[in-house]
Amino acid sequence: MTLKEVQDILNAEVICGEHLLDREVKTAFACDLISEMLSFASSDTLLITSLTNPHVIHTAEVMDAIGVVFVGGKKPSEDIINKLDHGNIPLLSTPLLIFNACGLLFSNGVEGCMRGKTW
Amino acid sequence: MHERKDVVSSPCQPAANKPQLTLRFKIDEKDFLIAGESASKTKKALQQLGLKQEIVKNIAIIVYEAAMNIVIHSNHGEIKIIIAPNQVVVLSEDVGEGIPDIELAMKEGYSTAPNEVREMGFGAGMGLPNIKQCSNELDIKTTVGLGTTLRATIYLNPADTKQVETGTMYV
Repeated sequence: MTLKEVQDILNAEVICGEHLLDREVKTAFACDLISEMLSFASSDTLLITSLTNPHVIHTAEVMDAIGVVFVGGKKPSEDIINKLDHGNIPLLSTPLLIFNACGLLFSNGVEGCMRGKTW
Repeated sequence: MHERKDVVSSPCQPAANKPQLTLRFKIDEKDFLIAGESASKTKKALQQLGLKQEIVKNIAIIVYEAAMNIVIHSNHGEIKIIIAPNQVVVLSEDVGEGIPDIELAMKEGYSTAPNEVREMGFGAGMGLPNIKQCSNELDIKTTVGLGTTLRATIYLNPADTKQVETGTMYV
């Protein structure tokens, strides 16, 4: 599915990167630990997290994430959004909590990912 | 007519293990943002050099984790990314408490990070194992009370593993 469909399914607000919502989402990775994102997540995956600090956006850049969904209605502060060079990474915010967000995406065909493989 | 000799090795062609470019980041204690910034900048620089996506990602992860280790566990330090035609070396040197038990620190899930660090999503005990996973060779020298030097090497050409000269180390 596309990021636009992810937005619809999760009833999400687009924080930035509206012009990149035609990106294809095949896999996702949900986690609140930076090291696990860096360690396990494969490239071109959708990151789902409740962390909204600047580290998450840097991490998303480093792991080549195709987008980030913040759960629980959380959003990074304006300051972080403006200051960071997140350029190529669309940021979305959904009111759903992490389990429901993942469940909805999974039941719509998005798979979990791990470096080097998907299942 | 002059006889033309083929040039076997051009003088412009540097030795494969000679550093071509060094990126340098000074890291201060508690400067959490610098870790991610260093990793992002490293990634952009390596992309511009045309390295493969997976290699760029691995090096950026090493820089991120090494920088976080300096921020969390040392007084201050420096990270150098030394780029040679045959390899990239990430050299992290810090002045600080050192690692009392490296074997334990290499174990996934083992962490001595304080709570404030964990709340930011760090300190999961995956740093050193992650660095090891992303590098071809990892060498750690540490002295308790003085500091730690970490050298992670990524070979761009697996057939050529001649080490680059990386200069002095603190410990």
